[in-house]
Amino acid sequence: MLYREAGDFKKSYAEDSQTFPLKLDRYGYYAILAIAFLVVPFVINDYWASAVLIPFLIWSIAALGLNILTGYCGQLSLGTGGFMAVGAYAAYKLMTSFPDLNIMIIVLLSGAITAGVGVLFGLPSLRIKGFYLAVATLAAQFFLVWLFNKFEWFYNYSASGQISAPTREMFGFEVTGATASASSKYLFCLVLVVLMAWIARNLTRGRIGRSWMAIRDMDIAAEIIGVNPLKAKLTAFAVSSFFVGVAGSLIFTVYLGAVDVGDTFGIQKSFLVLFMIIIGGLGSILGSFIGAAFLVLMPVLLKNIMVGFLGWPSDIASHLELVIIGFLIMLTLILEPHGVAQLWRVTKQKLRLWPFPH
Amino acid sequence: MYDQLLYGIEAAINGLMTGVMYSLVALGFVLIFKASGIFNYAQGVMALFAALTLVGIQSGQVPFAHLINALFGTKVHHFGWTLPAVAAILLTIGVMILFAWLVERYLLKHLVNQEPIILFMATIGLAYFMEGVGDLMWGAEIKKIDLPIPQGINETIDSLTYDWFGYGFYIDNLDITASIIAIFLVISLTIFSQYSTTGRALRAVADDHQAALSVGISLRSIWVIVWGLAGFIALVAGVMWGAKSGVQSSLSLITLKALPVLMLGGFTSIPGAIIGGMIIGMGEKVFEFVVSSSWFGDAMGFTMNATENWFAYVLALIFLVFRPQGLFGEKIIERV
Repeated sequence: MLYREAGDFKKSYAEDSQTFPLKLDRYGYYAILAIAFLVVPFVINDYWASAVLIPFLIWSIAALGLNILTGYCGQLSLGTGGFMAVGAYAAYKLMTSFPDLNIMIIVLLSGAITAGVGVLFGLPSLRIKGFYLAVATLAAQFFLVWLFNKFEWFYNYSASGQISAPTREMFGFEVTGATASASSKYLFCLVLVVLMAWIARNLTRGRIGRSWMAIRDMDIAAEIIGVNPLKAKLTAFAVSSFFVGVAGSLIFTVYLGAVDVGDTFGIQKSFLVLFMIIIGGLGSILGSFIGAAFLVLMPVLLKNIMVGFLGWPSDIASHLELVIIGFLIMLTLILEPHGVAQLWRVTKQKLRLWPFPH
Repeated sequence: MYDQLLYGIEAAINGLMTGVMYSLVALGFVLIFKASGIFNYAQGVMALFAALTLVGIQSGQVPFAHLINALFGTKVHHFGWTLPAVAAILLTIGVMILFAWLVERYLLKHLVNQEPIILFMATIGLAYFMEGVGDLMWGAEIKKIDLPIPQGINETIDSLTYDWFGYGFYIDNLDITASIIAIFLVISLTIFSQYSTTGRALRAVADDHQAALSVGISLRSIWVIVWGLAGFIALVAGVMWGAKSGVQSSLSLITLKALPVLMLGGFTSIPGAIIGGMIIGMGEKVFEFVVSSSWFGDAMGFTMNATENWFAYVLALIFLVFRPQGLFGEKIIERV
């Protein structure tokens, strides 16, 4: 009964094509935003921030980025970890070279640098397609990680080979460094997530997004009807890498504070982000969030249940986690290849028509 | 300089041998890709799983011992017997065939007619699943393969090359064995697919699923056969790699080494897998040798190391830009 468009009159084209055409959705969205901005920062504690909320927000940005490339433009990429590393190291070099620069600008700039690198590695996509491209993006993954390990300039010749984030402030609150409070870190990430999701949503439903989807659905046909594949593919790589770079720089500056490139940005992370968008839903903004939430929450939950509650050894827990993740991926693909977001779409459709079946 | 040249040749030969080891994994890929169009990321994990199973069966480990102990508070770990190698190998092959059947029954059957990218991701899921199951079943510690495989330096080559050049090449017997096995596998697979009835059916399926179905070839049994064969190849690869570096979870990463091999050789060519492997293996060893040598350092002002991590990919990437279907792959024809 609640989920109806009846009585919700649209008086302009803009209103008609808004993201949340249904009243309930719209108010739900505002309510979530209000809770996220006005309630959560006051009740958050360190455990929740560092184990659940901040990783969720950051991985959502990465998942959004990969979803733009893979879900919207159809270019399968396994180089996400490498691009995140670019973001992190760009942020580090910027932070240490320009100590006075605002942290928000640093994060966005490192995203922009990653976008440049992404375009560079996206160039072969004009010749190489499908699986061949997926393997080619592995070149980015391994080469970039190796590069940051190898050349000492990237980590300012520090003895450990690690990079660590100095303290930076935003409006007088510390957001990076060891002493930053949980709520300020959380708010900083949240602002970026809302901004990024807004950008992603509006890009994907506009002209550029439509050209991406045309390329995804059939690139030759898209070319024939006048979509420029060079432009479409490279913008997809650029935008996607921008998102992924921002996520990488946030992981380094806000979340972890110190990073060893092989551990934090290895091939496993590329797969992790890929799993997020598979489970959440390819080609869906909401799906990126669902997937990120799922894969961030599930290990925490499993660990709490198996190690904390049942008292099993942690190696069994980590093996079972692999089994469960693998199983869930296969299950999602069998039941609904378009992910949880598609289930949500179907549910919404059913709700609107309820109690009638059609 | 003469010394350097000899070292370089030695590196190249060793690279060739390592490349053949990569090809062992790539072969399984090609088989499955040809027969079902599935890009099977799980091939490396299958190798790990096969090797783990072999060691586990041979040494009489209790499957899932860890989990059982955690669940029931018992302390089981071994049955207390040691099986002869042949029996263990046969049992492992049985397990891999069972695995193939299960994969077909519970995974592939439901994914018929999906896009290739979905199938690929399903095999990534399968890889994670298998890795977890393998670790749960047999434990995650590093194990040794207990089979009579020749290992260590080959004395004949060492003394021969010493007589000829004044410098003995270090070539591992294990690598030589692996090369012989790989060549044998390629020849028998080629003969099998050219001359046997099942082989013809395989090629028919690879050509066109629907046409094959309409002349009475059962797709599902073909897939079981192909996955079983790939499981067997995985066992061979797992044993060879296990003998080389111990059976441990990093073994599953050889998939990542086999991918550039496939790209170079082409996804659909069995000889391509071998030749691609040799090019990659030799290329990365020679490149590493050159860029880490002192005269490269003198000329360029810096040296590089650990380039093996990425060289294969970059080589394959550059290569693909000029020839998108790989060396021996079928030409990619696209229509609207």
